[in-house]
Amino acid sequence: MCAEKVLPKNLEEIQVEMLKTDFLIIGAGNAGCFAAIEAKRKNPDLKVTLMEKAYIDRSGCLAAGMDAINTYLKKGRTIEEFLKWSRSQAGGLIREDLALKVAENLNKPVEEWEAWGLPIKKDEDSEEYKTRGKWDITIQGESMKPIIAEKVREYGCEILNRVTATSFLVADGKVIGAIGFGVRDGKMYVVKAKATCIATGGAAGLYKPYQGDGVDSHHQLWYCPFNTGTGYAMGIRAGAEMTTFEMRWCATRTKDFNGPIDTISVGYKTPMINAKGEKILQKRYAHMGGETAPRFIRANAPMEEWLEGRGPCFVDTRHMSDEDIKQMKTDYLNERPTYVLFLAARGQDLKQEPIEIYGNDPYIVGGHTASGYWVDTDWATTLPGLFACGDVSGGVPNKFVGGCAAEGLLAAQGAVKYIANLESLPQVDEKQIEAEKARIYAPLFRMQKEGEGVHWREMEERMQRLMDEYAGGIHQFFRMSEEQLKYALKHIKILQDQVKYLIAEDLHDLMSCHEVIDRLDVAEVLIHHLLFRKETRWPGWQTRVDYPEVDNKEFDCFVNSKKNVETGEIEMFKRPYEQIIPGDRLQP
Amino acid sequence: MPPKVNLNKCDGCKAEEEPLCEQICPGNLMTLKDGKAYCRADRDCWDCMSCTKICPQGAIETRLPYQLGYYPAKLIPRVGTNKIMWTCVDINGKIERFVVKTRND
Repeated sequence: MCAEKVLPKNLEEIQVEMLKTDFLIIGAGNAGCFAAIEAKRKNPDLKVTLMEKAYIDRSGCLAAGMDAINTYLKKGRTIEEFLKWSRSQAGGLIREDLALKVAENLNKPVEEWEAWGLPIKKDEDSEEYKTRGKWDITIQGESMKPIIAEKVREYGCEILNRVTATSFLVADGKVIGAIGFGVRDGKMYVVKAKATCIATGGAAGLYKPYQGDGVDSHHQLWYCPFNTGTGYAMGIRAGAEMTTFEMRWCATRTKDFNGPIDTISVGYKTPMINAKGEKILQKRYAHMGGETAPRFIRANAPMEEWLEGRGPCFVDTRHMSDEDIKQMKTDYLNERPTYVLFLAARGQDLKQEPIEIYGNDPYIVGGHTASGYWVDTDWATTLPGLFACGDVSGGVPNKFVGGCAAEGLLAAQGAVKYIANLESLPQVDEKQIEAEKARIYAPLFRMQKEGEGVHWREMEERMQRLMDEYAGGIHQFFRMSEEQLKYALKHIKILQDQVKYLIAEDLHDLMSCHEVIDRLDVAEVLIHHLLFRKETRWPGWQTRVDYPEVDNKEFDCFVNSKKNVETGEIEMFKRPYEQIIPGDRLQP
Repeated sequence: MPPKVNLNKCDGCKAEEEPLCEQICPGNLMTLKDGKAYCRADRDCWDCMSCTKICPQGAIETRLPYQLGYYPAKLIPRVGTNKIMWTCVDINGKIERFVVKTRND
């Protein structure tokens, strides 16, 4: 109904809502909801506010549901075992201090979710959760988001639905809340808080997806396309330290639909085969673990087969029983229901025709790789007063849904402690609010005054094509070089200068304009990370054709970045690896 | 993935402050046009089916873009208190039914 709304004509007409809270959480997805609940449990007197750009019942990655928890410590499994597995899957690069704390907290949120109503299948004999692979349990998670949204309300948290965040409130070097605008009411929201937690998820839509024909399949993405990297961008602009963006999340997905594949390959033990019928992982990657090779190997394997002329590739479902096929489709209905529709729309009988697989458009997502905010063991970022959890937080690859929930608990514990020790809160900087107001609404005013300019979709498509072709997208089989990356960076910087020409006809457009602005800021930092790591540590995730080998002498470390807020330059540096659990980091 | 609105069934959620599909869509894509539900950008839909499941009139069907899957396959959820009954019809008319538990009793 936005079109019927009277839009502000100038800065004076903008209504500003000034709100105060104790703990502000930006993003009410899985991690943000657990952070809110945990803060209330630790201190029921705290006022807890969630700022959510969509509607909490179906927002974020879990909008359609989820069919498994991939990180649950079953009976007999140890935290140490989990760390070793996760470390080896990530090519040996993980924040062990953080991962150990996450591992200690993996089971709690899952068990709570179950108590709140989430159906989890149990083994008939043992009463233990039914397992699906080493660390996975099968859930019936279609309603897991509405279930947790109900709990957030029950705990008395305040929810600002349809308010999209744009920047942190910063004063005297501290984060003291955030600024955003109402996607429905058009108001500017200034929320002052004692502590702030960012939980906006990762970044989809930096790269062009291969199915994006400019038609109805533009958002046929594996990762939630409404997670646009806003949380990273807000941190980058405020000078927060970021880590490991170059460890991109590229994976093997179902071809064309771009859906999850572990449901089939891990859940039902279907081998990956090429066009010749060869079992790819067993034949070419036996030395790296075969079917259980690290995730980046599994991502890259089908693409390498295509390059060598042995595509298309499949996961071989032809041996599956009727019962298993039915169960597998049921699993999909709990997570990505239209995959069942996709199979029906292809008229595909899985006993005759296996499921085709392919790579995906790369994402930056800290739930799967180590990309995100550099945090300490209280999940405090390098900006005082700001905490981070879930996909936006870095250092802990393979945490997935359960680990993101665990980080919600941990970040809230850190924030509650911080609030308890807080002596005073600086005044809000009025100049920042005025500058941000002008920045937020500029595309609306430009449209009203000039009547023309650049539509956000044009800019998004230009950015996505640049990233795809020059920064290792799917059309380049994830490969990149120094020259290509520098070309991409040059043009990303031109686009960043062009955002002043963006136009918005309504509030949905305005939100979309800011999503592309945020994505550009993430893309810039990502390219700097890809340029800095002059080696190939994770082929597929990060394939430098000009530096094809692993260089442990130079790069067995974290690559971090920070925007210099004075000069605007992205500064790159290294942080050493700190090993806590002994052993070969490449072995589980 | 275009949500397809049956204009005869959709009543614009007259009794609600905001139509339920508009309220729930994670991409802010559903709105009203001439009193009926309308998706402002088919190409930006993630096909999460939240609008399809929540519609009290059963007026929304989630379709696949033709570029990905052939006509006229269907996937229809019937949402109950703690389960969903799914009916799937493939392009050859073959029908499959699934019952999925969504909440503990």
